[in-house]
Amino acid sequence: MEPKTIIDKIWERHVVHREPGKPDLLYIDLHLVHEVTSPQAFEGLRLSGRRVRRPDLTYATVDHNVPTRNRHVIHDEIAKKQMLTLAENCREYGIPLADIHHPDQGIVHVIGPELGLTQPGKTIVCGDSHTSTHGAFGALAFGIGTSEVEHVLATQTLWQSKPKTMQVKINGRIRPGVSAKDIILAFIARFGVKTGTGFIFEYTGEAIRNLSMEERMTVCNMSIEAGARAGMISPDQKTIEYLEGKKYVPKGETFSRAAEAWLKLKTDDGAVYDRTIEMDASTIEPQVTWGTNPSMCVPISGRVPSPDDFAKPSERKAAEKALEYMGLKPGTPIEEIAIDHVFIGSCTNSRLSDLRIAAEIVKGRKVHEKVKAIVVPGSHSVKKAAEREGLDRIFKEAGFEWREPGCSMCLAMNDDVLQPGERAASTSNRNFEGRQGAGSRTHLVSPAMAAAAAIAGHFIPVHRLNQEETITIS
Amino acid sequence: MEPIRVHEGKVCPLNRANVDTDQIVPKQFLKRIERQGFGQFLFYHWRYDHKGNERSDFVLNNPIYKGASILVSGDNFGCGSSREHAPWALLDFGFKVIIAPSFADIFYNNCLQNGILPIVLSEEETAFLMEKAEVGSLKVRVDLPEQTVHCEAFHFTARFDIDPYRKQCLLNGWDEIALTLQLEDKIRAFEEKWKEEGENMGIA
Repeated sequence: MEPKTIIDKIWERHVVHREPGKPDLLYIDLHLVHEVTSPQAFEGLRLSGRRVRRPDLTYATVDHNVPTRNRHVIHDEIAKKQMLTLAENCREYGIPLADIHHPDQGIVHVIGPELGLTQPGKTIVCGDSHTSTHGAFGALAFGIGTSEVEHVLATQTLWQSKPKTMQVKINGRIRPGVSAKDIILAFIARFGVKTGTGFIFEYTGEAIRNLSMEERMTVCNMSIEAGARAGMISPDQKTIEYLEGKKYVPKGETFSRAAEAWLKLKTDDGAVYDRTIEMDASTIEPQVTWGTNPSMCVPISGRVPSPDDFAKPSERKAAEKALEYMGLKPGTPIEEIAIDHVFIGSCTNSRLSDLRIAAEIVKGRKVHEKVKAIVVPGSHSVKKAAEREGLDRIFKEAGFEWREPGCSMCLAMNDDVLQPGERAASTSNRNFEGRQGAGSRTHLVSPAMAAAAAIAGHFIPVHRLNQEETITIS
Repeated sequence: MEPIRVHEGKVCPLNRANVDTDQIVPKQFLKRIERQGFGQFLFYHWRYDHKGNERSDFVLNNPIYKGASILVSGDNFGCGSSREHAPWALLDFGFKVIIAPSFADIFYNNCLQNGILPIVLSEEETAFLMEKAEVGSLKVRVDLPEQTVHCEAFHFTARFDIDPYRKQCLLNGWDEIALTLQLEDKIRAFEEKWKEEGENMGIA
């Protein structure tokens, strides 16, 4: 048989209907739903008298809007109405819901994997572009719009033209202190924000194989920031070990059989991709974005670029606008950029391993007096696990606020909002204009870099924190 | 959705690359549970300053472009968040056609679901339209059956590609869910087959 990529294998298995001149009709195995992109879809169903075809393949939670301080008081009436609307819709159509006080509540892309809803070989959709996260398990997972949410609710299928396949091969090993976030930021910095448009990525190579499941989620999560709707990693033993025992994963003999089938999904040797691009991991440094899209990014040892550094007139203009918006001068060393806020959270970096790394850095230290720092765990389950390990105490003693789970300041739909001109080191995924509040300035970094910046008050390589403290004391 | 066949209208030039959906509709306006009324929030932070005053330097506030129904912009238009509120806002504001050298995938699909025609033209063709629209009022005629963008004043005609199925949906304003539900037998057969194969389906 002809060798196939995991992308081809999953796609072919899910074609319900195919005819010339049309996209394929694909079956959807798991539909994740949240409060912001679903109300109009349910309303559409209601107006046309349609039902939800497979409530048993649908799972809902609230994450975008939820308050992270006090769960019992929602001041924002419109946000509250949106959450209540989801609860009513789930009740009416029989869809399981992890509501705000439910122990399984959390960011939709954090709870899917930790509940074992996310499984290799599944087609997974959600009205959220970061659905690519679930690709870390060898699932074909992508974000959709609200009309498509309605289509999946009504039919459990989607019309999709098959994207092209791209192998993103990350060779070699990363250096100590470099994280999965730095890999994906360095990749986007090098290849640009539209390199993946029209493609599905499969990440391969030694550096990817060496990542834990949580780190792989960080990489796949940001596929969309490179323009790819989906980014996948072929399942291996780590995938199986992560999933075993999770709430919705089959048990016993059924699990063994499932695991065997999952491992067979991996891309066959000799399979052909439409395109392959490669990058060396060994030279990657910790990254910091300086501009208003994730490709505007340099290593921590670098400087803010000048518009003149860009060859294309459109890029020069974009750099000029970005520098003006960010209030940065060309040539400024990244380390000299002082920050006002630190946000550790989001579907990119709010899992237990992210919090552990940040806690290790802040332990026994104090958040800089000019910095306001918050940690927002990705889910109730992450929060509880972190508290069992005492991470909450470490953060609180250092001066961080320890919050309830949700999307929070990643998109600032709730009241975790920056004021105009405020500058944040953020472990989230988008540094777009106004993303964290009108006029806010976002620098995307890894959890380690965010933690170090919280202590120093400016960006700094983690290993230099000690030196700086010595200097301050003497 | 409203069918679209031939559309003639004024062009508004938005000369930026990577216009993301956070700019098209900022997040504070996504809490509404309706589909209508998002036009007032379109490009909110580019149209208004922090005090809510109109910014005179933003193209949409320029009286020349009042009533424009065709937006021309840069590469990778609609990148970022999947929010369908973005095409809802564009449509509600009056845009029926968007022309750019490339679009982000999710945004492109979202336009097609709402009767907005997203047109990919070459960098040169887009730049030509941008330049002409920036110096004064430019009218173009978009012909979906012929797949052309035509500007009489400059003897300019450009051809564009579109998936034939999506084209039919736009031309007829079809309800895609109704079409899919006609394939109910196929969907059920697929589910039956998977059940027989012992496929692990279902959440519990």
